[in-house]
Amino acid sequence: MTYIAKPKFHHPGLKKNELGYTHRDYEGKISTLCAGCGHDSITASIIEACYELSIEPHRVAKISGIGCSSKTPDYFLGNSHGFNSVHGRMPSVLTGANLANRDLIYLGVSGDGDSASIGFGQFAHSIRRGVNMTYIVENNGVYGLTKGQFSATADRGSKSKKGVTNTDNAIDLVAIALQLGATFVARSFSGDKSQLVPLIAAAIGHKGASFIDVISPCIAFNNHAGSTKSFDYVREHNDAVNRLDVLVGRDPIAVDYAPGTVQVVEQHDGSKIALRKIDADYDPHDRLGAMTFLQKHAAKGQIVTGLLYVDPDAEDLHAHLNTVETPLNTLEADTLCPGSAALDKLNASLR
Amino acid sequence: MSDKKPISSVNDFVVRFANVNGSGSASANEMFARAILRHGVPVSPRNIFPSNIQGLPTWYEVRVTEAGHLGARGGVDMMVAMNPQTWDKDVAGIEPGGYLFYDSTKPMPSTKFRDDITVIGVPLTAITNSTYTDPRQRQLFKNIIYLGSLSALLDMDPKLIEQLIGEQYKGKEKLLSSNVHALHLGRDWALQNLKCPIGLRVKKSDKVGDRIFIEGNSAAALGAVYGGATVCAWYPITPSSSVAEAFTAHCRKYRHDPETGKAKYAIVQGEDELASIGIVIGASWNGARAFTATSGPGISLMTEFIGLSYFAEIPAVIMNIQRAGPSTGMPTRTQQCDIIACAYASHGDTKHVLLFPEDPAEGFEFAAAAFDLAERLQTTIFLMLDLDIGMNHRLCRPLKWDDARQYDRGKIMTAEMLDEGRDFGRYLDVDGDGIPYRTYPGTHPTKGSYFTRGTSRDRYARYSEEGSVYADNMQRLVRKFETAQDLVPRPLQANAAKPSKYGVIYFGSTSPAMDEAIGLLEARGHQLDRLRIRAFPFHSSVASFLAEHDFVYVVEQNRDSQLRQLIVNENGIDPVRLVPIVHYDGSPITARYIAKAIGDHQDHLKVTPLRKAVS
Repeated sequence: MTYIAKPKFHHPGLKKNELGYTHRDYEGKISTLCAGCGHDSITASIIEACYELSIEPHRVAKISGIGCSSKTPDYFLGNSHGFNSVHGRMPSVLTGANLANRDLIYLGVSGDGDSASIGFGQFAHSIRRGVNMTYIVENNGVYGLTKGQFSATADRGSKSKKGVTNTDNAIDLVAIALQLGATFVARSFSGDKSQLVPLIAAAIGHKGASFIDVISPCIAFNNHAGSTKSFDYVREHNDAVNRLDVLVGRDPIAVDYAPGTVQVVEQHDGSKIALRKIDADYDPHDRLGAMTFLQKHAAKGQIVTGLLYVDPDAEDLHAHLNTVETPLNTLEADTLCPGSAALDKLNASLR
Repeated sequence: MSDKKPISSVNDFVVRFANVNGSGSASANEMFARAILRHGVPVSPRNIFPSNIQGLPTWYEVRVTEAGHLGARGGVDMMVAMNPQTWDKDVAGIEPGGYLFYDSTKPMPSTKFRDDITVIGVPLTAITNSTYTDPRQRQLFKNIIYLGSLSALLDMDPKLIEQLIGEQYKGKEKLLSSNVHALHLGRDWALQNLKCPIGLRVKKSDKVGDRIFIEGNSAAALGAVYGGATVCAWYPITPSSSVAEAFTAHCRKYRHDPETGKAKYAIVQGEDELASIGIVIGASWNGARAFTATSGPGISLMTEFIGLSYFAEIPAVIMNIQRAGPSTGMPTRTQQCDIIACAYASHGDTKHVLLFPEDPAEGFEFAAAAFDLAERLQTTIFLMLDLDIGMNHRLCRPLKWDDARQYDRGKIMTAEMLDEGRDFGRYLDVDGDGIPYRTYPGTHPTKGSYFTRGTSRDRYARYSEEGSVYADNMQRLVRKFETAQDLVPRPLQANAAKPSKYGVIYFGSTSPAMDEAIGLLEARGHQLDRLRIRAFPFHSSVASFLAEHDFVYVVEQNRDSQLRQLIVNENGIDPVRLVPIVHYDGSPITARYIAKAIGDHQDHLKVTPLRKAVS
């Protein structure tokens, strides 16, 4: 989080998207995170995904809690409103914001301390309610801002920078999200932009609770031998089930992958996810299968990445509550207030 | 044989029903109160119930009061003793000369009665058992049967009760006729076997007028509907749950689009109080009117977010239906004990706006106003009800609404204003009132966006740890709070018939008891000026009132005289001049209690009663 704004000048030949925006229009302030922080790579992926989707930056609301990860919304989409709320409480604030105006895109950015400890409850309940959001956890398994304590996602047996061994079991947020009914569940690695960018883009297009757990190594406190959240460890143990492309349905869809290796998922907004399947047996529509797959690979010390589950017919909280299509924050007294005549009737019934 | 003359009173007595929680007596007891209202006689009923679902003792008290005193009186003129568990205590609580009504199916030893009361036995169980075979019917109709007997004993018009039953079971003919039958079973038995009526009587009158009979929580929830709340997030807690439940019911009635059937509101039962206030803050940040309802323990949990609301300047409305604390305290008993906790909620330097409605009518008005205030001031507004108002039916003036009224959305910078070139700094004090402009998310493609945060920032919402920038912001928040003084409901002053050196300050649900106590004090020769505080921050008239009186009594329902603390803290007054009159056993304060406490203190001050002076 910084007050240092990026210089406004940019190369006149920068490529523009369908709305005429360049990458610069999706950037924010200069990051004050440590050089090499995985979170900055995630920031870059969010910028890329929003650029590719041709989203109007100001139609995004970016909401976070407290911590290194929660600072990052200041570093992307500088023309959108951000909300750095309180530790672990991003999900409730995002839920309220979403209820007020269903027309915006909601990006929830959180960390493992934020979502797996103090905000574990809020994470769980926002997922089970099906809030239409993209919930990204920048997961480094460590408390960076307070200098190196284990977080609840640190694997049992992994070591801190000071050599202390973690004796607690880890919380796997992906497994929890699957169990809670998230309708879009993915895991990725901050160092794998080619996988992460389309995942974020697909999640934004998904109508319902989208959850992406991004392993994001902490360069200062958790990038050493003995850590299971280091760059080296994740690269060595990454087992991707699929790679994907997101095809926004404005043009005819042309998928040029070989038959049998590509699965196309059409979403509510017309976008299509083309899944290039690396594991030929993996079915991203099978929640139970995803849970089993995840556990089996975790037992082998592997980190499964990719789009693990998607329900293309998902509904969101607004559908559950049957709310009007008009954003609630635009309704005024003429439509909200029953008026004095109704009150007179009510008074009469109370005598 | 009674050694005390039976109490004889028309339209001025207290009947208390002692029942067992879960026995289905509540509706019969409430019908008793409503039936008296239909006679044109004001009533003030109160539910006294345990934190329990079934089996523990519960009481329902109806004060019949032609004079219109709506506070609790204290004492019982007639006890309807239906709970063996509390028999001894119930019998002991009857005023000398009072009446004991009981189920005489099984004989009671004479030691269980008192000589100075009139005992009235009706074999309720025998009557129900001979009429009904179903156990649940026996239980429920026993309540209607005693209602029938009481109607005869108190000389009530049975047609008015039948009318009420008819309204309650409209369209359910079988239930209607069976209830009317049970009513007459009890009534006829009493007429045939007892001396009816007794000394306590209900006589038709015209003292109710156009007043309505409504619970405070329901009225406040209706205020939220009229005030334009579209998002409600809550977590169940006694005694506030019925606010959200009533809001849900009102919204279902008034807030569905007639064409699509879709809801023009969103109600979420949060996973806890933290999430509830978080949802409210998120919704308000995004421009919707949002509120939560809770009680003391919920306030404790919400304080982190309340601090955020204050510092990040996000509107929020919290309806706090107070109960006896601290901690779990007495969940089903009333107090006014969250004053300090709410006024200064959260860490650091904070001050919050509190509204103190005295009855459901003000609960409705203040609830609606709370949303205007929250948006105008961009901060948390507390609507401070308590169990006594919230969960009891109160007689109050009809609810009113001006159809020309528009919502005050506060200072909103629109896209058009931004395009005009208006300088937008989220925390700029453009008008000198401490209130900045805000933009809603999504307002403009390139202008007006900012980052909301609970960390320090400058006038343009840029993160800053500069001491001078922080202090500048904190000073503006003080200015904003000063602005609030003139926006919140002003205190209401009523002066004694003659100039007095003494005053009394009170607020909220204490008001009806205080109004009545003034009469008792006058009868004792004490004249006091009154000031009913309706909001914090205190209007300047509070300081004037303090300056004009040598001593001011502060009447409230908590141990530590929290309003007095707040007055001392905010007005810099010598605490000795503020005399605490406190009541905090969980029962509603009574006029008798106030009059005795103030009267004794006045006597102690050696004030010569006016009556003596005159004679």
